[in-house]
Amino acid sequence: MKKPQLLIGTVALAVIVLMLQDRGYGQGGRGAAQGNQAPQTGKAAAPFDPTGYWVSLITNNWRFRMVPPAKGDYAGIPISMAGKKVADAWDPAVDEKAGNECKYYGAASIMYQPTRIHVTWQDDNTLRMDTDAGTQTRLFQFGKPSAAPAKRTWQGSSAAVWEARRANNAAPSARYLKVTTTNMLPGYLRKNGVPYGDSALLTEYYDLYQERDGTTMMIVTAVVQDPVYLEQRYIVISHYKKEPDGSKWDPSPCSARW
Amino acid sequence: MWRAASAAAIAILVVGYVGFAQGVNEAPEGVELTGNWVSRSFTEWNTNTHRAYDFLGMPLNDAGRAWALSHSEEQASEPERQCAFYSSTYFPYGFAPLPMWKETELRTGSTVAWVVGGWLDVVPMVIWMDGRPHPSQYAPHSSSGFTTGVWENDVLTTYTTHMIANLLHRRGPHSDLATMTLRFSRHADILSLTGRIDDPVYLSEPLYVSREWELSSVPVNRAAVPCNVAYEGVPEGTVPHYLPGQNPFVEETTKLWGIPLEAVQGGPEEMYPEYRKKLKDKYVRPDHCVANASEIAAGGCGGPGRVAPVVN
Repeated sequence: MKKPQLLIGTVALAVIVLMLQDRGYGQGGRGAAQGNQAPQTGKAAAPFDPTGYWVSLITNNWRFRMVPPAKGDYAGIPISMAGKKVADAWDPAVDEKAGNECKYYGAASIMYQPTRIHVTWQDDNTLRMDTDAGTQTRLFQFGKPSAAPAKRTWQGSSAAVWEARRANNAAPSARYLKVTTTNMLPGYLRKNGVPYGDSALLTEYYDLYQERDGTTMMIVTAVVQDPVYLEQRYIVISHYKKEPDGSKWDPSPCSARW
Repeated sequence: MWRAASAAAIAILVVGYVGFAQGVNEAPEGVELTGNWVSRSFTEWNTNTHRAYDFLGMPLNDAGRAWALSHSEEQASEPERQCAFYSSTYFPYGFAPLPMWKETELRTGSTVAWVVGGWLDVVPMVIWMDGRPHPSQYAPHSSSGFTTGVWENDVLTTYTTHMIANLLHRRGPHSDLATMTLRFSRHADILSLTGRIDDPVYLSEPLYVSREWELSSVPVNRAAVPCNVAYEGVPEGTVPHYLPGQNPFVEETTKLWGIPLEAVQGGPEEMYPEYRKKLKDKYVRPDHCVANASEIAAGGCGGPGRVAPVVN
């Protein structure tokens, strides 16, 4: 190769390498708004696609999740004295009589249940999640929070943001979905009356992983803080596998006993 | 002139390449895994209080279920096995602390490997970050196996091969063909560790298992302790086991928790929500919480003050 060609070739290769660096090759993601641009919508800023049908894989704590455990079994939950008092008084018949069969289907525990979920964009700033267990609907609101609803609900009010692990939280490094939920009706963390109260705060982190065999997994890390019924924060992780369609969607009503 | 210009271009290329390589191997700016991570055991409590025959939610195949019926936990007391340690599959199951640090190349400061510290019954796991390939399938196997790592979307993703046949902590077997993918995903002071274990010998489907950890400022043990063999009731040269139909623990879980035996023995269908339909008319909810000896030692049925807080 002659000298000018060698130089041109080397420079071209160097430029390619520097361009790859500038792109943050291998990091992926579309990220959030940059500079003075208008803020992107939640949908436009999504670093991954959370939509579709997903099924929970129950491999951890199977006996607490697939079947309702015995009354008084609080193992693995940092329950407080006040929480124990409520749990010890638990009676599913009372919940049924009061129309509270959905107390175990609230936001603080629904993701840890055996269920399928269907995730869609309701609009550009609202991610909607439906569950077939208990037929619940969660709405994750991006952007400015709307005025808090006057009435508490099982699923509460959820504020969502695409967040980065990096220190400056700057684009394009948004990597996971963070959802903060308040304004929930009091409910149960376990289907034997272990309670969370109306002052509970739920923080969730949604990660998406692509496996070598093509499987797509969504991992949900949920953190429940309750100053009344828990002695410390309660953290559980749930696994969701993406399904090709909704053919296995099987809605079932809330149940206080099963 | 051409020589000088070419040298400059090559220098740019080399610097660019090094930066590119480091961009793949180095932790993204501000993402730090070094520290003392304390296991919380909320997601997986059963492992702490395992029963001798409890494979609930494990996607075991026929070979896995046959292993489970013949296995005796007294094997851990064999003189030949006492210092064998658990394999690296312990980490997403174990309740030991998780100290992590990185080993760097002295001249460049680049990360050669991340290390997850060992504990009483598990050896440290070295996660090679320097791009070295996995050994030949015929290379020697070990408890820790051979692990490589990459950063994917600011998550440390590792891949482990070459583990000797061992236990999935106390929840079943894995063969020496098993592989494991771990994802270390940090959210503020919480570390979510999710494992996927594939095993063509004992599992019908991949097994996912997770555990949560909290950052602590208090140093934790960073290395496995020396192991000495002692007589624990099993003579050298014997392998405790159960012949077909003689495992005395098979019905224990059903008697205590009311869960049908067909579920206790494991199987891939147990992981899915629709399996609850098969259980509904067979499950008998106990009147009150019951605990065996290991559960009592770990806090029994739980209650106030039974979950130790993270010390900072």
